[in-house]
Order: sequence, then C-alpha cells, then structure tokens
Amino acid sequence: MRIKKYFEAINEAISTAMEIDKSVICYGLGVPDPKGVFGTTLGLQEKFGKERVFDMPTSENAMTGVAIGASLNGIRPVVVHQRLDFFLLAMDQLVNNAAKWHYMFGGQSSVPITIRLIIGRGWGQGPTHSQNLQAIFAHIPGLKVVMPATAGDAKGLLLSSIFDNNPVIFLEHRWLHNLEGDVPKGNYRIPIGKANHLNRGSDITIVSLSYMTIEALHAVEALEKKGISCDLIDLRTIKPIDFDPIVTSVKKTGRLLALDTGVRTGSIAGEIIAKVSIESFDSLIQSPERITLPDFPTPTSSVLTRGFYRRAENIIDVVSNMLGRNLVGNKLIDRGNLPHDVPGEWFKGPF
Amino acid sequence: MTDDLKILENLYERMLKIRITEETITEKYSEWEIRCPTHLSIGQEAIASGVCGNLTNKDFVLSTHRCHAHYLAKGGNINKMIAEIYGKVTGCSAGKGGSMHLIDTSVGFMGSTAIVGNTIPIAVGLALSIQLKGTNNISCVFFGDGAIEEGVFYESVNFAVLKNLPVLFICENNLYSVYSPLGVRQPANRKIHEMVKALGIEATSGNGNNVSEVHKMTNNAVEKIKAGNGPQFIEFSTYRWLEHCGPNFDNDIGYRTEKEFKDWKEKDPVQFCENEILNLTDNEVKKYHNDAQTIVKAAFEFAKNSPFPDPDEAHTGLFAD
Repeated sequence: MRIKKYFEAINEAISTAMEIDKSVICYGLGVPDPKGVFGTTLGLQEKFGKERVFDMPTSENAMTGVAIGASLNGIRPVVVHQRLDFFLLAMDQLVNNAAKWHYMFGGQSSVPITIRLIIGRGWGQGPTHSQNLQAIFAHIPGLKVVMPATAGDAKGLLLSSIFDNNPVIFLEHRWLHNLEGDVPKGNYRIPIGKANHLNRGSDITIVSLSYMTIEALHAVEALEKKGISCDLIDLRTIKPIDFDPIVTSVKKTGRLLALDTGVRTGSIAGEIIAKVSIESFDSLIQSPERITLPDFPTPTSSVLTRGFYRRAENIIDVVSNMLGRNLVGNKLIDRGNLPHDVPGEWFKGPF
Repeated sequence: MTDDLKILENLYERMLKIRITEETITEKYSEWEIRCPTHLSIGQEAIASGVCGNLTNKDFVLSTHRCHAHYLAKGGNINKMIAEIYGKVTGCSAGKGGSMHLIDTSVGFMGSTAIVGNTIPIAVGLALSIQLKGTNNISCVFFGDGAIEEGVFYESVNFAVLKNLPVLFICENNLYSVYSPLGVRQPANRKIHEMVKALGIEATSGNGNNVSEVHKMTNNAVEKIKAGNGPQFIEFSTYRWLEHCGPNFDNDIGYRTEKEFKDWKEKDPVQFCENEILNLTDNEVKKYHNDAQTIVKAAFEFAKNSPFPDPDEAHTGLFAD
C-alpha cells in the first residue's frame, strides 16, 4: 500500500504525464499560485517550467479554444478550473468544437484535451459554486466524462484521460480532495469506461458515482451489520457507462438503487434506471429507486442545506424501505459532532 | 515576367477559381443535390487570395461558415470540397461536415466552423503550439465584423498579445451580420482596427477588394510575426454580393439598397485585378476563365460521380482511437 491523498494523486498524475511526454502542458487560473488549486498543481511549474505550466487570463471560453487549437498540433493540454460553474462560460468551445471536431471532419483530426473541473459542496457554496452538472457533459456526444471517487482512481483515470486522444471532462468533487487511499507509483492507469465493484452482496445493487460513493460505503457497512448485503458498483466513468457489471449484478439481486450527486431530472441515476428497466426488466423484483438532489438550485445557508444534501443516512432509509425493513439511517450512522456541511475536520473553508 | 507579376497572376488564379466555384454552386443549387446551407464568398475573393498568397502549407488557417474562399485560396483540394458540399463519402469531411465544415490539413487548412468567432481561439491555440515547438510557421484566422462583437475575440487577442504568439487576425468587414447592418450593432464612427489597437496589438486596415494591396499588407504583417513582433490584426473592407446564406441575390427584401450593392459591384475584386492590376486583354481573361472552369467542372463531375457514404457511417467516428 502506498497511502496518498486524492489531491496528491492528482498532482502526481499530472507530474507523471509531463515527465513521460513533453507535449503535455497544464494551465488554469491559479495553477502556479501559492495554493496550487487545492494542492493539485503545487510544484509543477517549478518542475516543468513556465512554458509548460502557467496561469491564464480569466477567459474560460477562449482558453478552452486555445487548448483545442494546441491539441490539433500535437500538444496535450490539461486545463484546470477551480469550480465547474466557472467553466459554463466555455460551453461553446466544448460543445461546438471539442466534442465535434473528430466526427464533423470525418475523423481526420482529434482533440486530446483534459478539462479538470472541481465540484463544491457545503460551507455555503450555494447556487453557483457547487453544481453537479455531469449529466450535461454526458449528454454531449463526443465527450468522455470521468468522476473518480478514490485517490487511486483519481491518479489512474487522470493519466488515462491525459493520454486519451479525445476530449475528457475530469470531475473532482471537492470533498474528495483530502481522502486517502492506495495510490500506486509511476505511470498507473485505470481504463476509462470501467466501473469498479467496491462491495459484493446479494440483496440489492447500488450504483454510485463520485462523492456519493463515499457516503454509500458508510451506508453499506452499516447495512451489513443489520444483515443486508449490498452490491456496490462505483461507475468511475459516467460516459461511456460500463453497464455490464450493473446488468450482471441486478440479475443477482433483483433490486437497483442509483445514487447521484446531481439533481434528479435528466440525471445519470435516471439513465442507469432507464437502461436497466428497458434491458433487464425481467431481472427486477421491484421498482428501482434513485437518490439525487432535488430539482432546485443549492441554497447557501447551512440551515437550508441541512436537509438538502443526500447522505449515507438517506441511502440506509431507502434500502431499508425497499427491503421492507424498519432501519433508521440517523440511528445507524454516527457522525459525532461534525457539522453536515463540511467533509471533515480538515476543511476550514473558505472553498 | 517579373516575380511580382507571377505572384499577382497566381493570386488572380486563386480568385478566379473561387469566383467560378461559387457561381457554379449558385447554378446547381436548385437541383437539390447540394443539400446543406452554403455561404458564398462572391465579392470577397481578394482577401482570401491575397492573405493566403503569403502562407505556405506549413502555416495554419482557420475559417468561418463562409469558408469556401479561404479553403480554396489556401490550396485545399477542390474535388474534396465540392464532394463534401454534395454530401459524398469522398468529401473532405466524409460527408459529416458539409459546406461549413471544411478541412484539408495537408495544406494547413485546419478547419472551419459555423459558430461566429469560435475558431479565433483555436488559431491562437495553434499559435501557442508553434511557440512551444519552436517552429517558424504562423497561424492565421479569418472572421467577419460580427465576430468583433463576440467576447471570445477579445479573450483570444488578449492571450495572443500576452504570450506574443505568431498569429494573424484577419477581419473581413462586409458590413452585415446576416441582415443586420453594422450601424445597429456597433457605435457609429467606430473603426474596428482603431478599437482593436487598444488591446495592445498592431492593427491596420485596407481595401479588401484590391488583391495586390491585401497581399502587400499581409506580407508586411507576416514578416513582423516571423520576426517575433507578436500577433497582427488587419481589417479589410469588402462586400458580399449574394444573400447571407444561399445562391440568390436578396437586395429586394429591403435590408440593403440596390444602390449600395451596385456601388460595391463596381469594385469587383476580380475585374479590378483583370483591368487595373494585371491589365489583361480579353483573350487573356478568356484563357484564365477557361482554365479555371476546367478545374471547377472536373470537381463537380468528381462530386456528382462519387458515392454517398454508407448510412451506417452516421454511427461511426465519434472518437479517435
């Protein structure tokens, strides 16, 4: 085991990619600043120089186009934005150019760019600093979208993203940055499009992504103590979705619960349920369920967010209900005195 | 024959090829075999030809929805362009792009797109790649007066100036964004190139219907870029003769006057080159026209005789390997 934090794993992946391949560059607002995008880019400019690692103008749209242009001549840019919400200014370049370039020019040139976007949660991040818009990206043909939940997956998937010959949206949940895990050394790759079976069980299939996978792990552990065994599948990549393990699992359990960090309508959770319902209807012994955010913007006040975010407790409640049990999530999860709107003691704000 | 004359004749040939290609498209459009929007460049040929006359196959060009002239002037394969417009598998984008999405990377024509202003940062990104690789080519992007109203233009120029990138911005000011005249879109008395200077870029303007002037001004700008003086901006005045999109004249619908059109037609860049720059005789003109027509005719025959893509091709090529 080589224990590292998620943010260190990101840093290591970029550093490894830049060592292997001189065509890899990395830029974004704040990339070389003293905080280095939550530590994920610290030291990179010192190591690789100002030509390959640089800050940028606050021009999200043009700088996405710049990445596309550079990639057409053999450069592999990694572009970083401290919040996904800021990147919405770049949707023209992403949707009309990056996603289409290979297809609309008959496969003659491709756009090997990686866009790192960070998703906020809690601490009053509110309506425009914590949007989980993964489904929007997944909706666009021509994009690959990954959402690693563990430190090891973050490294392995970021390296795969950088060396993929297509545009990849790499989504990091802010609450994962300090999470520790096994991070193998060197040029470690996790293939894009492969889910991970995190727990084996026979009563219910739980499909999860990104930060919700951490909440799911806590729920699964608590449920196990109450005699409920869960198959937990972490998607890791949400476009393309690795459906085979989900189908196999549902065949075994007959039940499906899909988790999502985003709002309900048009969610990835909805897509999972739709596909399983259409293609594996006979495997299901009851209606699938999903846990998502409600169809509202995220409020700011900690009083308003207390019941807003979905957590392990909610997962336990839904699973218990599906299985006809009377378990109460709040009683099975002990969070001590940790407030609901921070990921752990390490988080002191402000974002 | 002097070298200058050879260059001018070459520029004239480029213009003529564009003019006759576009005229042939207008003739064939009603046959319903060209089944995509086409934005024709008749009246604007001198800018494409004069600019591209200074570029080599190693230099990059990016273009807009009105891209036929730029593609042809840069030396893009005409057969593949016409086949693309006809939706054929032999097209430069294998039938997936159409008239607005042309590409010929073998000559440095890196692509054209249909969203106003959105190839400007792509050209700047290519210029960044040139700087990173230390090669001595340049990147050039064509756009219209409408693109000056897009935020991405300012973002792109800012970054190009900041990094001193080898990129040439060519603004073709044809006075209209679809049917909306400049006067309802930008303040009166604004000179685009004067405003752009404030971004810290060297910016000039010239007569976009005089291919010799376009060529000279661009040559000067390219030399400055190659000498390391950073990005350059040139605004060329011109006028599109036909409707914004399609094969017809549309002065009758009332967004511009017949008089304005006729005044600009007097400044026909092709005729100006024939009469004022090259002083060609009628016979010489005829020969040039015949030569260009032969090339264009062959391209249309190639396109018409080419097969369509297999319908299943619609579901291929989403990702690169």
